[in-house]
Amino acid sequence: MSQYQNIFTLTQVRGPFEEGIPLPAGDSPRSGKPFHLWIAGLFGNAQIGPIYLGFLGSVSIACGAIAFLIIGLNMWASVGWDPVQFVRQLFWLALEPPPAKYGLKIIPPLSEGGWWIIAGFFLTTSVLLWWVRMYRRARQLEMGTHVCWAFAAAIWLFLVLGFIRPVLMGSWAEAVPFGIFPHLDWTASFSIRYGNLYYNPFHALSIVFLYGSVLLFAMHGATILAVTRYGGERELEQISDRGTASERAALFWRWTMGFNATMESVHRWAWWFAVLTPLTGGIGILLTGTVVDNWYLWGIKHGIVAPLPDIYPGVVDPAMTGGGQ
Amino acid sequence: MNLWLPMAAGAGALLAVASFVGTDWDLPPVDTEQIGYRGTGMYNSRDRETEAALQAANVVPPAPWEADPEGDRAGDIYENVQVLGHLSDDQFNQFMAAITEWIAPEEGCTYCHNAENFATDDVYQKVVSRRMIQMTQAINEDWTPHVQQVGVTCYTCHRGQAIPANVWSRDTLPEPQPGMAGYRAGQNVVAKFGGNSSLPQNALEDYLLNDTNIRVHSTTALPTGTNPNGTKETENTWSLMMHMSESLGANCTTCHNSRAFNDWDQSPPQRVTAWHGIRMSRAINNDYIVGLTPVFPDSRKGPAGDVYKVSCATCHNGVQKPLYGVSMIEDYVDALSKKTQTGVPDYGTYVPGETLKLEPAPEPGTTSSLAPALAPASATGERNVAAVVGQ
Repeated sequence: MSQYQNIFTLTQVRGPFEEGIPLPAGDSPRSGKPFHLWIAGLFGNAQIGPIYLGFLGSVSIACGAIAFLIIGLNMWASVGWDPVQFVRQLFWLALEPPPAKYGLKIIPPLSEGGWWIIAGFFLTTSVLLWWVRMYRRARQLEMGTHVCWAFAAAIWLFLVLGFIRPVLMGSWAEAVPFGIFPHLDWTASFSIRYGNLYYNPFHALSIVFLYGSVLLFAMHGATILAVTRYGGERELEQISDRGTASERAALFWRWTMGFNATMESVHRWAWWFAVLTPLTGGIGILLTGTVVDNWYLWGIKHGIVAPLPDIYPGVVDPAMTGGGQ
Repeated sequence: MNLWLPMAAGAGALLAVASFVGTDWDLPPVDTEQIGYRGTGMYNSRDRETEAALQAANVVPPAPWEADPEGDRAGDIYENVQVLGHLSDDQFNQFMAAITEWIAPEEGCTYCHNAENFATDDVYQKVVSRRMIQMTQAINEDWTPHVQQVGVTCYTCHRGQAIPANVWSRDTLPEPQPGMAGYRAGQNVVAKFGGNSSLPQNALEDYLLNDTNIRVHSTTALPTGTNPNGTKETENTWSLMMHMSESLGANCTTCHNSRAFNDWDQSPPQRVTAWHGIRMSRAINNDYIVGLTPVFPDSRKGPAGDVYKVSCATCHNGVQKPLYGVSMIEDYVDALSKKTQTGVPDYGTYVPGETLKLEPAPEPGTTSSLAPALAPASATGERNVAAVVGQ
């Protein structure tokens, strides 16, 4: 007997394949014959496909693949085409942006970061085309465009890191390398160089929204799962025709914290928190090095650094006592 | 409940990734000691298992015997004693017995000496040893801001091996493909001398051989356009810091308050000691190690053809105070605690197996074979003096 569990998905709904609404003239047909996948059914819909690729999607995937190949082949070349080192050191490898001496030169020598520019161009093109595709698909389905505007918030942070801020700083060397560990090293190095991003208010805001998103996601997910036994997962119906699931969920939060979101407003909360995470983060990155050079000292100036007692008296910079650099 | 399959697959995948990345995690328990103001995260962390292994590996060997300082001087008894001639016969032999145990316990005296005639200089190891003894004397006399009164002996680095376990040379492996692709800017592979991070591979060359600026922070809140350092320079400094951290088994907060890495007022006093240590390593490499390049055979050089050089790890070997701060110097005070003869021979003239006597150049105290491209020896010397005066 199938049963409904609200921690893991155990029941897979499998009916006739859903093809979706007919497409207008001028749109390319959807690709692929749909099929059912048990693993996919554990996480979401068991039906895979069909997918709408179209012109934008195809070009976006092609550009993304080109960027992926340029990055991967450069990583491989960076260890002398050694397949063993490529696998062993994969997480360490990266395609590095050009050194500062080339400033904003459009194509620096390929042997010194020119490939980084080319990979970045294709990756950016891919991401922007994918954004347009998402916008167009949403309009085609006569949906709102909330998903692509949320995606645009992430693209903003991506562009600030790899394009806008390097341009303002006058050097591609300020941008992030394409690599697993190297981009994390870049992040920490960025914070250290500019005097600790902890004291950057926009970084703080971004973290508030990031952790807030996590909290909201957990609260909302848990609430809905907790009232699925009353049909609470049918959120849209509960919005227009509030039933006992919605009433109980609302009552639960009003009892525990005196205030409750509604079935529809909780999604606005989640959307804004998620969108504001990269928006504020991007502003924080953009101000770093361009407007503020040392966030710790900026924090001192504006009274947000907690004073500490001098518990290491007598420690002075040895370079100040004539000992060299 | 048909969930065991995806669960097991997920766990297997995580394990595979974890082992693939080659983690070096410490299992609990880890002892932490608070070294700063509450709430600032200033702790020293020590893994108990690692610490037990280090304690066992860092035990000071006893002196071969207590030497009698009286009697005839070694320089009067033996031929060609250039640096240790002021010792008594007994002190000289006691030190030779000790150095054999420290450097070449298997090979014995003939690792450095010609068995036919101990006085000749035709075994290159003897020429190197003599310079290393001069170096040890200079460290103990000139670098007390770093080594304090504990001092160093040959054993601090050598530990019974002819080549200390933790030396470095120029690291370019794996070689990138020459040509248009594969730009990695001297980083983005496993950095052996940068804590196995993906940070720059040759930071030690920049800071412990050359005099590259370590400080990357701006000292004003707002940009003034005068600080040329960016994230890449910061990563280079960070690589040196990771090397120091790994070498000493210490965390960032041993020397820094991590909320403002550059601020000396909030830094523990260990940072001052470390500052002198960086300069000491740089001086050792420039004044003593690089000059010996012509003497070393190719088998004693790194893959890029440069001699093995010293870093923090060479003495520290994973411990914050080498040998847990136990001093060995009292048994060898006359041999190692003061500079005696500081003359430097022209190592370019040395021919192993043929040069019977390599005498110091007439002008004392210079490092004649020091490559001119490097920091001039005199400048380093001035810095030494200034550092001592600065204390």
